[in-house]
Amino acid sequence: MSRFGAFLAGLLFGVGLIVSGMTDPGKVIGFLDLTGNWDPSLAFVMLGAILVGFFAFRSAQRRTRTLLRSAMQLPQKRDIDARLIVGSVVFGIGWGLAGFCPGPALVSFGSGQDKAAVFVAAMLFGMLAYTVLERLIHEPRRRAKA
Amino acid sequence: MTIDWGHFTPWSSLAGGLMIGGAVGMFVLLNGRVAGISGILGGLLWPRPGEIGWRFAFIGGLLIAPAVMRLAASLPAPRIEAGFATLVAAGLAVGVGTSYGGGCTSGHGVCGISRLSPRSLVATAAFMLAGMATVFAVRHFA
Repeated sequence: MSRFGAFLAGLLFGVGLIVSGMTDPGKVIGFLDLTGNWDPSLAFVMLGAILVGFFAFRSAQRRTRTLLRSAMQLPQKRDIDARLIVGSVVFGIGWGLAGFCPGPALVSFGSGQDKAAVFVAAMLFGMLAYTVLERLIHEPRRRAKA
Repeated sequence: MTIDWGHFTPWSSLAGGLMIGGAVGMFVLLNGRVAGISGILGGLLWPRPGEIGWRFAFIGGLLIAPAVMRLAASLPAPRIEAGFATLVAAGLAVGVGTSYGGGCTSGHGVCGISRLSPRSLVATAAFMLAGMATVFAVRHFA
């Protein structure tokens, strides 16, 4: 049941990305091109998503269990540190270079686009490199210190 | 700054945004988690037990969305200017950056701001500004 819910959520998310225009990298770059010929559309995507998301999370934060009776697992991290900022800046540079972020890249890959496939492969490699370094080097070292 | 009226799509973008919000809301109320796509995907690379099925299901929904969409309408043609080398560099930066910063446009941008999380607000400001600076640099110096 929870898998079916996750599948439907992913599907609705993907259709929303296509309808909103976010699967077109030209449109994303048009939004980021603030000093050029600016396309404000992405701000409307965020507005619509946050409008619904705000009420959903407000209701979720008041619950300890989901509608399917499983545990709520909302993020607990609150620290604003160098990792957060450096990571986000590196992500932003990549986003600005190609006009793809993870969601639209996966949806475009699903529609059979070669360029999205190249992007997704490189993205997975980056995530894998990070995961391996984190699990093999940083976590044991942190545990040793503690 | 001029407004690109030719490409500006306030209504369809708002409608798509509402659907994304619906997806995020449905996911948190049913699965109890934040719909952060980089996190859902990254968690598959070295998965913790019991966390594989729902991750594959969500990603599967994303991948199948274009096929479902084609049943109702033809897909708009994307404009992708980036060449092979740029796509590789951009993909690596997005993969490493979202892992290190703990989120992307969906996790920090949509979900984090919906939760009024200061941490996600800072992350969103950082990647938006970096994206804008990158497009500015490419437009003017490349």
